[in-house]
Amino acid sequence: MKAHPYMPNSTEEQHRELLDAIGAPDVESLFVQIPPEHRLQGELDLPPALTSEPALRRHLLDLLGRNETCERNLSFLGGGIWQHHVPAIVDEIARRSEFLTPVWGTPSSDHGRNQAWFEFASQLGELVGMEFVGLPVYSWGCAEGHAIRMAARLTERSHVLVPRRIGQERLAVIRTYCGAAELPGHIEVELVEHDAVTGGLDLDDLRAKLSSRTAAVLFENPGYLGMFETTAAEIAALARAAGAETIVGVDPISLGIVAPPSEYGADIVVGSVQPLGVHMSCGGGAGGFIATRDEERYAHEYPTLNLSIAETVAGEHGFGIALFHQTSYGLREEGNDWTGNSVYLHAVANAAYMALLGPEGFAEVGRLIVGRSHYAARRLAELDGVRVLFPDGFFKELVVCFDDAGATVADVNAGLREQGIFGGSDLSRDFPELGQSALYCVTEVHTREDIDRLVGVVSDVLA
Amino acid sequence: MRRYHAAVWDEPLVMEMGRPGRRGIVFDEVEPEVRDAVGDPAELVPAGLRRTEPPELPELSEPEVLRHYLHLSQETLGMMGISLFGTCTMKYNPRLAWELVARPEVAELHPDQDDETLQGVLELVHGLDLILRALSGMDQFVFQPGGGAHAAYTNAVLTRAYHASRGELAQRDEIVTTIQAHPCNPATAAAAGFKIVTLPLEENGYPSLEALEAAVSERTAALMVGNPDDMGIYNPEIDRWVEVVHDAGGLCFYDHANFNGVMGKLKARDLGFDACMYMLHKTFGAPKAGGGPAVGAYGCTAELARFLPSPVVAREGGGYRLDRDRPDSIGKVREFFGNVPQLVYAYTWSRAMGAAGIDEASDISVLLNNYMEKRLLEIRGVTKSQPHLTAPRLEMTRYSLGQLEEDTGITVVDVQNRMVDFGIDAFWLSHEPWLVPQPFTPEAGEMWSKEDVDEWIDVLAHVVEEAYSDPELVRTAPHNQAIRQLDGRNLDDPSTWATTWRAYKRKRPVPVEGDGDATEDWAKVAT
Repeated sequence: MKAHPYMPNSTEEQHRELLDAIGAPDVESLFVQIPPEHRLQGELDLPPALTSEPALRRHLLDLLGRNETCERNLSFLGGGIWQHHVPAIVDEIARRSEFLTPVWGTPSSDHGRNQAWFEFASQLGELVGMEFVGLPVYSWGCAEGHAIRMAARLTERSHVLVPRRIGQERLAVIRTYCGAAELPGHIEVELVEHDAVTGGLDLDDLRAKLSSRTAAVLFENPGYLGMFETTAAEIAALARAAGAETIVGVDPISLGIVAPPSEYGADIVVGSVQPLGVHMSCGGGAGGFIATRDEERYAHEYPTLNLSIAETVAGEHGFGIALFHQTSYGLREEGNDWTGNSVYLHAVANAAYMALLGPEGFAEVGRLIVGRSHYAARRLAELDGVRVLFPDGFFKELVVCFDDAGATVADVNAGLREQGIFGGSDLSRDFPELGQSALYCVTEVHTREDIDRLVGVVSDVLA
Repeated sequence: MRRYHAAVWDEPLVMEMGRPGRRGIVFDEVEPEVRDAVGDPAELVPAGLRRTEPPELPELSEPEVLRHYLHLSQETLGMMGISLFGTCTMKYNPRLAWELVARPEVAELHPDQDDETLQGVLELVHGLDLILRALSGMDQFVFQPGGGAHAAYTNAVLTRAYHASRGELAQRDEIVTTIQAHPCNPATAAAAGFKIVTLPLEENGYPSLEALEAAVSERTAALMVGNPDDMGIYNPEIDRWVEVVHDAGGLCFYDHANFNGVMGKLKARDLGFDACMYMLHKTFGAPKAGGGPAVGAYGCTAELARFLPSPVVAREGGGYRLDRDRPDSIGKVREFFGNVPQLVYAYTWSRAMGAAGIDEASDISVLLNNYMEKRLLEIRGVTKSQPHLTAPRLEMTRYSLGQLEEDTGITVVDVQNRMVDFGIDAFWLSHEPWLVPQPFTPEAGEMWSKEDVDEWIDVLAHVVEEAYSDPELVRTAPHNQAIRQLDGRNLDDPSTWATTWRAYKRKRPVPVEGDGDATEDWAKVAT
């Protein structure tokens, strides 16, 4: 039998040498702790091994080749994972074996990675206008779930207000994190309606639902359907007056041109790290962050690992974990939620991305996105039977309605796909009041020609 | 000893670098047609929401950014040396997968694409599901949880749904676990709303069946437990445990974080468990990456499958689709359906290994651990936990440097800090609470050669000798690393901690004068 390439000790001779060293007759004798009746009966029913790398590569290429990509097609999908440009050096950095392989290390031996993490938190803090940033969590929805739980602990209340038109993926995560009514610690999730014309939160409905029970008001800016929340400061003021925390979800790539949420009253800022140099990877690019003012009351409620700058005995910069004892590693079930593996490699990519863009890069990419997305809205709205439901005041996503054409989103998308275009996500199931509408996402990767091509094909499909 | 010295770059923080006006990347100009149609893009943001002060980010050119982060990568040991970090099964990550996940067929996919355009990914996910079913005996796996702890949380949420569906959730509010279970088990169960009952260890190295029988009742929702534990001790009564919990009406979850020593040797379902979890970033070849992206693959029986988070991949006719229409599902624990690149790694690793390779890998893991144990116990000042238990341990053994500390004052953290001077990545200590003084827990796994393991042991022996002959050298380590020893005294002090540069600039300079010492906290994290 050939030695396995992933296993250096995979030879008869090596097995023998190790067995002889410990004086064991055979490997089986080392498993005596496991009762025979616990042992596997019969053979493991796995597909045949492909130990030959060329054979395995060919198999995988064949498999993955059955995917249609957003590179070969023109995609307008967004709504939680977005196609943004990933600079070439970000890929090199995030794929380095040194960053790919660490388990944890020590503050000295994995110092470089720690510094990259600190640069992630520091630069993100500049974008969102906050001084305390935890290491990332699994996703934007998970960040929202944790933030709501932080607010519930801070206020000792158990009710949260969430926009009805939040992404249903994120809402499902929030509902999970808010617990079950039968058990302690449950947080009631109540949805706030939207203004029919502007699409923003309905402040009357917010006032009616906000009470001394409310732990937090959560909103997103831009929201799931793309619109900016123009009454953000008013929402935060209402929440504050009721003694509730204001949780604001943001798209960090917008923050070169959009005010940081700290300026309009956010207490806890959350969002996705994926737009900052992370590939979509079919959802594998998801990652979230939590940021607040650097105040003890907030810091003590973080469920994340929190990396702080410190000094070495020689006066160099180094990094350590602040507030370790409040995590589940320190306190088991008494810790804040739980802490575990997350998406820390994304933080390295994010750090490099933010350093590349700098203040002018963020402003430039923000203007480009908001300009092109509005161009798409103007052009699409010119088509017979097509309406853009909220034609102004959005960032990169827009709601395109085909009701007047008598077409379904499914029909339109099927027609687009024949021409190599992935149309926007179908909103008709989650938001039936919007009719046959789709959420189109336009970013810096979409040129004016791409948008014109989309408009032409939509026109053909509807004809 | 091999000569080693880490790269030292004295690399400044990126926020301190650059010059005004430099650019690392430029984007397209807004096209004239766009400008004609929409006007000045900056004015498309509602007036009250426009940014007035630019963010204080560095201004750098592209090569500066690249070199900065390459320097930081070189100041990161990772697995460039030898890493035997226990419970994490430091494992080779097939670079074939590394190559493939960077291709657009993985990287440039959107999760909301039509299922017909994702057939390759869906088939791969289904194929991995089948492989894990074969290894566990379970009936369905999902990959939505973003790590092992998240899979434990998924289990707690599924437990809620199961008992709620029977109208018993209000009554069944307790989850039973053991003191040796990973902290994520009690932590996630508590976050899901359950009370925690923790069983202590007894003479045999695991809690007694009697203690379990006394702990379960009509309030028991579930058992969450790992086996073997991270001392390498296998609970031979585990099948009886499952019966006891089932008889009381609870579910049983097998935390398979420590799978490497038993993979191919037993199946969770055969032991009666209702659900289990594998860490694809530990056992199945996906990279650790300092803490993710990771996957806690969660599998359960057909009876529980209707509660699994949505969507699940379903085979239909000759193709695959994402089934989202699942009325009894718990909903979601994270957006989308998993960290697909990590699934590609796990699938690649599993196919490269095959049944025989996986079986051999667990053989080697246990063989190497027992080899390590023999050599380590020959080192002065090293003892093992539960020394009265003479049966060979599985893929790990828990050791203690309590004797060394008594003799020399040198702690496990000091030893970690000195071993990195030889290019040896920090070993793992133990979860809280420490059951033996000055614990450490190496795990050899299958990827390290005997020569690697011998080198690791030789370095430890050398450092122990130094501890006896020149303890100050060890106490002040590291000396050959990117930076010297961290002074952790101010990490828990709100007037000095700083998770961002802007906080640091506001708070510093201040004298280091805290009397706490959070240096050891670092070593207590085990992602």
